[in-house]
Amino acid sequence: MIAENEAAVTFDRVSKSFGPKQVLRDVSFEVSAGQTLCILGRSGTGKSVTLKLLISLMKPDHGNIWVDKHEITRLKEADLSKVRRKMGFLFQDAALFDSLTLYENLALPLHRLTDKTQEEIDSIVDRVLGQVGLGNDQRKMPSELSGGMRKRAGLARALVLEPKILLADEPSSGLDRITAAEIDELLIEQKTEHQTTLIVVTHDVHGARRVGDRFAVFDKGDLVANGTAAEVEQSENETARRLISEY
Amino acid sequence: MIKLIEFVGKVSRFGFRVIVDFFRPPFEAAQIARQVAEVGSKSLPLVIASGFALGTVMTFHTRTTLVRFGAGSMIPTVHALAFFVEIGPLVTGLLLAGRVGSGIGAVLANMRATEQIDGIESLSIDSFKFLVVPRVVACVVALPLLTLFMDFSGLLGGFLAEFAASRISFHLYISRAFEELAWSNFYPPTLKTAVFGLIIGTVSSFFGFTTDKGAQGVGEASTNSVVVSSLLIILADVVLIKCIFFIFPENAL
Repeated sequence: MIAENEAAVTFDRVSKSFGPKQVLRDVSFEVSAGQTLCILGRSGTGKSVTLKLLISLMKPDHGNIWVDKHEITRLKEADLSKVRRKMGFLFQDAALFDSLTLYENLALPLHRLTDKTQEEIDSIVDRVLGQVGLGNDQRKMPSELSGGMRKRAGLARALVLEPKILLADEPSSGLDRITAAEIDELLIEQKTEHQTTLIVVTHDVHGARRVGDRFAVFDKGDLVANGTAAEVEQSENETARRLISEY
Repeated sequence: MIKLIEFVGKVSRFGFRVIVDFFRPPFEAAQIARQVAEVGSKSLPLVIASGFALGTVMTFHTRTTLVRFGAGSMIPTVHALAFFVEIGPLVTGLLLAGRVGSGIGAVLANMRATEQIDGIESLSIDSFKFLVVPRVVACVVALPLLTLFMDFSGLLGGFLAEFAASRISFHLYISRAFEELAWSNFYPPTLKTAVFGLIIGTVSSFFGFTTDKGAQGVGEASTNSVVVSSLLIILADVVLIKCIFFIFPENAL
């Protein structure tokens, strides 16, 4: 359990390169429990990589990453698995398993990682899908869902293990304003009702300002601004000022 | 040359990890059963049709020569020996390399490109154990079974072709077919297809699971899976035949 105001996530001088291209350079930031950090920046500035480093789908070249007091860059697979269970990840394209129905997509982690009975699993899947408005679509395959429905289904899968930290990669990309606003509402609901720590990578500044408490702006691999909306608006960095006021 | 050695090393390490992970809990029984059904049942019509056609064609070809030399009664024997010892196992292996190998390569590469594998990892599920191990095990289990279907459908095709030509009875055909066939002609070649299955499963999974080229990687993984699996099956066949001859010297006579 992460106590309120304690750091849920800490990035400490993290660097990451792909071949000759450095995508993150000595990036440091902290997110307190229950807080929402929105990561903004132009394309290719390392925002999604930051999320993947956080859930250890990638390893940093240098630096330390702390998730709920665990330094995850050096954890063994079994220990890492325990830390990952505290996190949910909403992928940009939802990343639902296309050979499984919506119900199976959500039931899979419950079957494999918990001791819950079939009845309990059915009831959890029912509840979480109902929460995102897909209660009647349990038997549908991911290919039968629209873009917005897929996104909501991805969110439902990310929430099914009741994570303390939710990472969302472009939750509103490719969606119309109304559907994007619905996704934002679901994130806000998650934050207010379950005190989930949110880290949201987005290009949608309008949505970010609705959801976020703090904002981190990345530019060419550097963290150029980090603070509340008012603080970022006063930032010395022009890219940060332009990005946060672009709505 | 260095790249080839590097590739062999990577695939071998990948295959070794499959074997180690297979014996490590949790055991993926449901996933394995699902994959065996996928590999086995969906390949069955292809295997049976190919075996039947091959059996028929082989009888057309061998009949003329054997009858000319007064060995027409040997047709069922020659046919059965050819099918059980070599044609059945090898053709099944190559057919499956095409159908299953390309499928595994493409599916896993697509899962990589669409972040589904990352999605599995993010849920604390070991994606290698969940996706790769069941597919390889399914190939190892399904190949010998499918080979039996290939052998017997080939025999049936051969019988029908021979029946059309000489009106031979089914009973006589079968008794002549199995007259010279020893157990050592039957089970070592059939079981060697488990090695073909290991090759198909491991190589295809390797190309699909390790790709990092997005949509382009899907096509590449599919093609490479078929080409490399087929080549390795033919090479492995040579080695395995020598091993069978070493263990069963009477088969080499």
